[in-house]
Amino acid sequence: MSTFAPPIVEPTFDTAGVWSLPSRGKVGMASLIVAESAIFTIFVVAYLYYLGKSLSGPTPRQVLEVPIFYTFCLLSSSLTIHYAGKSLERDKKRAFLGLWLLTIVLGGLFMFGTAREWYRLIYEHGLTIATNLFGTTYYSLVGLHAFHVTAGLIMLSIVLAFSLAGRVTPRHFGRIDVLALYWHFVDAVWVVVFTVVYVIGR
Amino acid sequence: MASDAVAISRTEVEDRPWVDTLHEWVTTVDHKRIGLLYILFALVFLVIAGLEALVIRIQLMYPHNDFVSPQVFNRMFTMHGTTMIFFFAMPILFGFGNYLVPLMIGARDMAFPRLNAFSFWLSALGGFLLYFSFLGGSGLYGAGSAPDVGWWAYAPLTARAFSPGSSTDYWTIAVLVSGFGSIGTAVNLIATILCMRCPGMTLGRMPLLSWLYLTMSGLALIGITPLSAAQLMLLVDRYLGGHFFDTQAGGSATLWMHFFWIFGHPEVYILVIPAFAFMSEIIPVFSRKPIFGYPVMVAATVCIAFVSMSVWAHHMFTIGMNSYANSFFAITTMAVGVPTGIKIFNWLGTMWGGRIQFKTPMLFAIAFLFQFLIAGLTGIIQAAVPFDWQLSLSYFVVAHFHYVIVGGILFAIFAAFYYWYPKVTGRMLSERLGTLHFWLFVIGFHLTFDPMHFAGLLGMPRRIYTFEPGRGWDAINLIVSIGAFIQAVGILVFVANLILSYWKGARAGNDPWDAWTLEWLTSSPPPAYNFASIPTIASRRPLWDLKHPEDPDSRYE
Amino acid sequence: MTGDTVTITSIFAPETTPARSIYDLSMFVMVITAIIFVVVGGLLLYSIVKFRGKAADANREPAQVYGSMQIELAWTVIPILIVVVLFLATARVIHAVQDAPKPSTAIDVTAIGHQFWWEFRYPQLGIVTANELHIPVGDTSRPRPTFLKLLSADTDHSFWIPQLGGKTDLIPNHPNEMWMDPRRTGVFLGQCAQYCGTQHGKMLLRVSVDSAEDFEAWVRAQQQAATLDSAASAGRRVFETTACINCHAVRGTAANGRFGPDLTHLMSRSTIASGAAANTPDILRLWIQNPDTIKPGSLMPPMQLSERDLNALVGYLETLR
Repeated sequence: MSTFAPPIVEPTFDTAGVWSLPSRGKVGMASLIVAESAIFTIFVVAYLYYLGKSLSGPTPRQVLEVPIFYTFCLLSSSLTIHYAGKSLERDKKRAFLGLWLLTIVLGGLFMFGTAREWYRLIYEHGLTIATNLFGTTYYSLVGLHAFHVTAGLIMLSIVLAFSLAGRVTPRHFGRIDVLALYWHFVDAVWVVVFTVVYVIGR
Repeated sequence: MASDAVAISRTEVEDRPWVDTLHEWVTTVDHKRIGLLYILFALVFLVIAGLEALVIRIQLMYPHNDFVSPQVFNRMFTMHGTTMIFFFAMPILFGFGNYLVPLMIGARDMAFPRLNAFSFWLSALGGFLLYFSFLGGSGLYGAGSAPDVGWWAYAPLTARAFSPGSSTDYWTIAVLVSGFGSIGTAVNLIATILCMRCPGMTLGRMPLLSWLYLTMSGLALIGITPLSAAQLMLLVDRYLGGHFFDTQAGGSATLWMHFFWIFGHPEVYILVIPAFAFMSEIIPVFSRKPIFGYPVMVAATVCIAFVSMSVWAHHMFTIGMNSYANSFFAITTMAVGVPTGIKIFNWLGTMWGGRIQFKTPMLFAIAFLFQFLIAGLTGIIQAAVPFDWQLSLSYFVVAHFHYVIVGGILFAIFAAFYYWYPKVTGRMLSERLGTLHFWLFVIGFHLTFDPMHFAGLLGMPRRIYTFEPGRGWDAINLIVSIGAFIQAVGILVFVANLILSYWKGARAGNDPWDAWTLEWLTSSPPPAYNFASIPTIASRRPLWDLKHPEDPDSRYE
Repeated sequence: MTGDTVTITSIFAPETTPARSIYDLSMFVMVITAIIFVVVGGLLLYSIVKFRGKAADANREPAQVYGSMQIELAWTVIPILIVVVLFLATARVIHAVQDAPKPSTAIDVTAIGHQFWWEFRYPQLGIVTANELHIPVGDTSRPRPTFLKLLSADTDHSFWIPQLGGKTDLIPNHPNEMWMDPRRTGVFLGQCAQYCGTQHGKMLLRVSVDSAEDFEAWVRAQQQAATLDSAASAGRRVFETTACINCHAVRGTAANGRFGPDLTHLMSRSTIASGAAANTPDILRLWIQNPDTIKPGSLMPPMQLSERDLNALVGYLETLR
């Protein structure tokens, strides 16, 4: 068969007659989030399983301080990135830039807070990743999250650079939205990590 | 509407320097080229891992044989398993998915072409790293070589104390890196299937191959990542002094087992679901009937994917879980047999009342049906936990899973080669060589893996570099080894067929099998852009509608 | 020792209650799966014969049937019923074996897995031995099951004597339990079933099921400290002044190493190196001087003794009955 007449068509399209499918970026990012959630779940399971099982060394209750302020920073950054996106949609470039920058600052504050906490744990309490089961699971879980925050901050900074150069327009809203989805995921993971480490674990 | 490629004269093609062609292939983002890269890469590793299997079988031909030392033997079975799973089976199935899915859903490429290329090269890097271990694995300690901890790398054997040198790290990092590549491809397949179907192709009208690759990719997202997580933990233990699996510090060896098998069991479904996909495309065409029970096939596959997440500890029935845990995993394991059986019955229902053509793809498909049936039944047998207390860790298990992976998955892959080779190359594979390949492989496969069950029943454990005479294992092992060589000859015939037919095979045309899905609409091989214009479809078998305009499928769905 | 050595280690020749329960369940399961295979396989065979395409039909397509909900229902419900039956049979045996109560007459043995040998301790009897397990035969009037506690000193191992029961793993930091109540005397063979390193393949097991009298005699002999034979004092000096005592113990002497097998009653065992070789003077000599010729990769180092020291040492070990 070398030539074909078009197939007999009785397609079912939506009421406007347009064949529309979900956005690739959103579906791709959602899939990545599902995969990442599985990785975090395994680290959380290890953390919970080993609670109370360390043979020696500092325990969570002895050394952990609840990072309320830095958590507030990170969770607020979800709000700021959300409104940044809304601003871009409405072509309010200066508002977008300001809110985007604020998101990065808040995320950076969170990282600073983590660094401060780790400094205190290592130098004041002698808790390292090799100390005991608590040390191993704590630094791994919080560290994995911090790694994802860092990757997010790098991507946010790249967008900031483009925005400062005037290159980001409402046309790019879709991609910004995909990146924001990642950032919301990072925040959601922190809610879980926070609950497991600082609430349940103590 | 012209869906044929524009003909390019041979002289125009041949004048390009080979470096340019190489560059084109190395930098390609075309799903068809990437698919072929995956497939070629996998075939190379099939041969390498096959040679490792032959070393194992030569060593085990006689009791107390000394063809290789125990150290070399342990590396051989570790590398054979790791290579076959991660560098043959995964890449070849992703390769077929890459090539076929966009064509079968009427798209021009995958959703993320550059991610596609990146994922392939990650897998390639992983394969290279794993084999570099033969050179680099001794590390600073002067100990080790290729990894020798088994493909499951159980703790605490993988701790620095018991595995000095870097051999274990080559295993960990190679598999970790290729795992990220697999996640990338899974993300790509999901986005492609959900977002790039041609007009009219609702989810209910996708080819079953597309549904099954969608399911497999979803399973990959949550099935592969637990292994990645566990491997990161192992690296923390080995390099940062962590204690995740350090039993001396109160850590748990069984935690590694749970994490590994939470990956390991979905992994085998990730491998078998594409095999099911090939069968669901091939059996209907060669029975001349549509697939029996399309909605049930979809439902059964999704059901299998979900239930498969709950059976993992059936690989751990001997580790001393309590009777309630053992019972739970017994029932879930038996339960997953139900939707799997339903699929076999539906393939039977497809052939029933048909007009079966025994071309080479169908020969392999029929062998698949019998062999997968047996494999599934030996799986159910092992789900009877107390029986598994005898069968686990013995050659019965080795026989069972090779029945699934070779007798099932590899046979399905062979069927897929014979079926889609004409589309990829424009030439038919030789039926004569195909039939020879088929019979050699069937005979070799059964000579090896049928008696192997009895070695297990007679008490022969796995992973032993030699065995004691007088246990009743001697003749069995000899026959098993002979079968392995016959399979090797079968592979040689297959490779010869692939190569010779590329130049000498009969010209295929667009649709040599009189099939019904969209890939047969375009030329063989397809042009880079796949279709001159994206088709709009109205049923599950658009080419049937074209060929039978008086009786289209769209009337019945 | 007593009884014949059964070298065919078939799981279908059960000699204990757990092994017997497993055997009965396995027969039931295999019959059901065999029936399924015959039915489904038969239908597959029938379909490829009956519905093969003939040349005469080349241009006509058969009836295009899309499915049938009734048939789908039938071949869903029937497998579910089969699964329920199989599961109930399975759960019953799981509980019977795993949750069996321990009678007061039970013999307690602690088995500790090492790379690549087995340590056996009888806490109530004060015995430490290696690689060859002795347990008493029981009968219904006088049950004397052996309950094993399974531990590991290093990596994962698995204790498997097919005729005496299913296998259970020895995992560090994860104690396990299993039991067996053999009904006849004899020597039963098995080996480690969980890959544990280089010499996993030669971590063999020997269980001697003894009559009540033989078992008592064996226990009494094992409970003694080591024989002190003055003729072997030169050899004993070699043993105690070289690296031997770092790893090995001989009760009643200065040797108290725990890394390797207890040698107090070495001569009461018929094999050495966890079954890898027979326990004869020549082989013992070869093992001490060059263990890699017998079990390459085992953790026994070559002792590099002079001929004179080696002869004396072997002479001493031969006295450890």
